[in-house]
Amino acid sequence: MTAAVRDPGLQPERTRLAWRRTTLSATVVALLAVRQALHSGATPGALVAVALSTLAWLGFLLVAHRRVVALGTARPPALAPRGALTAALCTVALAAFAAAMLF
Amino acid sequence: MNKIAQSVRLWFAPQRVREEGNTPDYRFSLANERTFLAWVRTALALIGGGFAVDQFLPDLAWGVRAGLALGLLAAGVLCALRAVNHWVRCERAMRRGEDLPVSRFPTLLSLVVAVVAVAMVVVVLFGWESG
Repeated sequence: MTAAVRDPGLQPERTRLAWRRTTLSATVVALLAVRQALHSGATPGALVAVALSTLAWLGFLLVAHRRVVALGTARPPALAPRGALTAALCTVALAAFAAAMLF
Repeated sequence: MNKIAQSVRLWFAPQRVREEGNTPDYRFSLANERTFLAWVRTALALIGGGFAVDQFLPDLAWGVRAGLALGLLAAGVLCALRAVNHWVRCERAMRRGEDLPVSRFPTLLSLVVAVVAVAMVVVVLFGWESG
């Protein structure tokens, strides 16, 4: 953890910022999902949709947060496949809700 | 089909990626991770576009709107799943010291985006609005 072993290319920091950008994109999509769900009033179905979208968003945030914490070291370990898969599945879930709310 | 099943199994068995080969320089793994995140952002943008078509173009006929939105959403889903798959394959190739996998996916995605864009132009020009 001394300054000497730190990568001068700041790769961990760049990766952390990439996670940040990605969570911001996910937030925008989740907000659009909530807006879509509440479009026709706060019916029970709409509330379920809001809850599910929030859950997908929180799942994404959790993966990102754990990864950002892990990236705080000078030589961070590689991303675990489970984290990558969870992030992708949360994305897919948001798409699935969007498709479901079309009808 | 067998190859697809094998890679899906690899997604769910994280420790198997680490079983073979040597751990590459952590900077290469991080670069691979950033590429993965860039693809996830692309997927999120496509999905956001799908939501936006449905919410901000209320004057379009329902069929056109649903078709465009579903096209964008399907592209987003494919993009997200492919992001994981490509990340796993790159990680494995780096561990084994092989060449990185090549892929037709970027071309396919650009074609899909181009088709959606042309569809939008046609819709705007001919004004397929409902009643």
